[in-house]
Amino acid sequence: MKFYVLIGLFLLLSCKGKNQETVSAVSTGADTLFVTVDYKGLESYLRESNAAVHVVNFWATWCKPCIEELPHFETIREKYSAQDVKVILVSLDFPDQRERLTHFIKRRNLQSEVVFLDDGDGNSWIPKVDINWSGAIPATIIYTDQKRSFYEKSFTFKELEEELKLFL
Amino acid sequence: MKTLKILTAVAFVVILSAFVVKSINPNKTGGTENGYGNGYGIGDIAKDIRLKNINGEFVTFSDYANAKGFIVVFTCNTCPFSVANEDRIIALDTKYKNLGYPVIAINPNNPEVKPGDSFEAMKQRAKEKGFTFPYLIDEGQKVYPTYGATKTPHVYVLQKTDKGNEVKYIGAIDDNSRNANAVKVKYLENAVDALLSGKTIEITETKAIGCSIK
Repeated sequence: MKFYVLIGLFLLLSCKGKNQETVSAVSTGADTLFVTVDYKGLESYLRESNAAVHVVNFWATWCKPCIEELPHFETIREKYSAQDVKVILVSLDFPDQRERLTHFIKRRNLQSEVVFLDDGDGNSWIPKVDINWSGAIPATIIYTDQKRSFYEKSFTFKELEEELKLFL
Repeated sequence: MKTLKILTAVAFVVILSAFVVKSINPNKTGGTENGYGNGYGIGDIAKDIRLKNINGEFVTFSDYANAKGFIVVFTCNTCPFSVANEDRIIALDTKYKNLGYPVIAINPNNPEVKPGDSFEAMKQRAKEKGFTFPYLIDEGQKVYPTYGATKTPHVYVLQKTDKGNEVKYIGAIDDNSRNANAVKVKYLENAVDALLSGKTIEITETKAIGCSIK
């Protein structure tokens, strides 16, 4: 029985992400294409009480599985904006690599709102984001004022869209 | 034989679908349960390990007759959060090895999906950084799920007891994985210090951002 559990785990985890996580750092001007917040500042993004469906994705420029799924969030934003779907990309990049984040946003021409979470003490806020979050990224929250789901996983576009439809 | 194959396939699908359902309905999982099955909790007895070190020799907990316990660190070459913590892990080993709590580092990633975490790359990294501790490869990825490790870095403090190696602390090294200079609370050191002085560990579980295990 344990053997099957291990195989199941292995398959599940091997679906999570492949390849390297490194993206070469490039310096650019320090235009602020993102808002910098501590956890207190982030909270307003996590608990907005309006009719919109909020899709909040935790990522970093160096996280390969995160980068792979970013286009899905961008597509969701575009495809469902008329249905009041809002996408927030919360970057967990290193505080001394803001320029790299700026460059990445420009290069990928990200249209979703990017929030840079500069709050070192993860232990104080990770459980507040979601009690089930181990701290591994990528991770995503989809919520309305009625309903909320947390996902510590990578999404394919189809999976993300299917989850989103449960909120529409 | 054919029946066995069918049974195997059925069991496989059932178990796999259990995980799929769980990931689709994450709100239904228990509060303290981690995302990938149970893994060790505080107070559990960790089984001995037998994993290959970068020098080619196998390492087990039972090799350390004089240890009082272990600082088990799941880490890797490629995750920036692991890299940002390498110097801290070396410092932990330097400080606590002589006090009876050596660091045992384990790379849980599958080198086939993370070539930068291959056995050869591990040897290279350990040499470059001057690792003072064993750096073991979790071949077949059998060990990290038993711990319930989900990311790198992810640490576990074990204490040798009459029952075996008891899990005493799980989680983060300190309260600032992104910036060593901004650390205010050293959770892991506080836990080991408490064990060394026979006191109760105040904070037994903490969380930090890390890279999902590949």
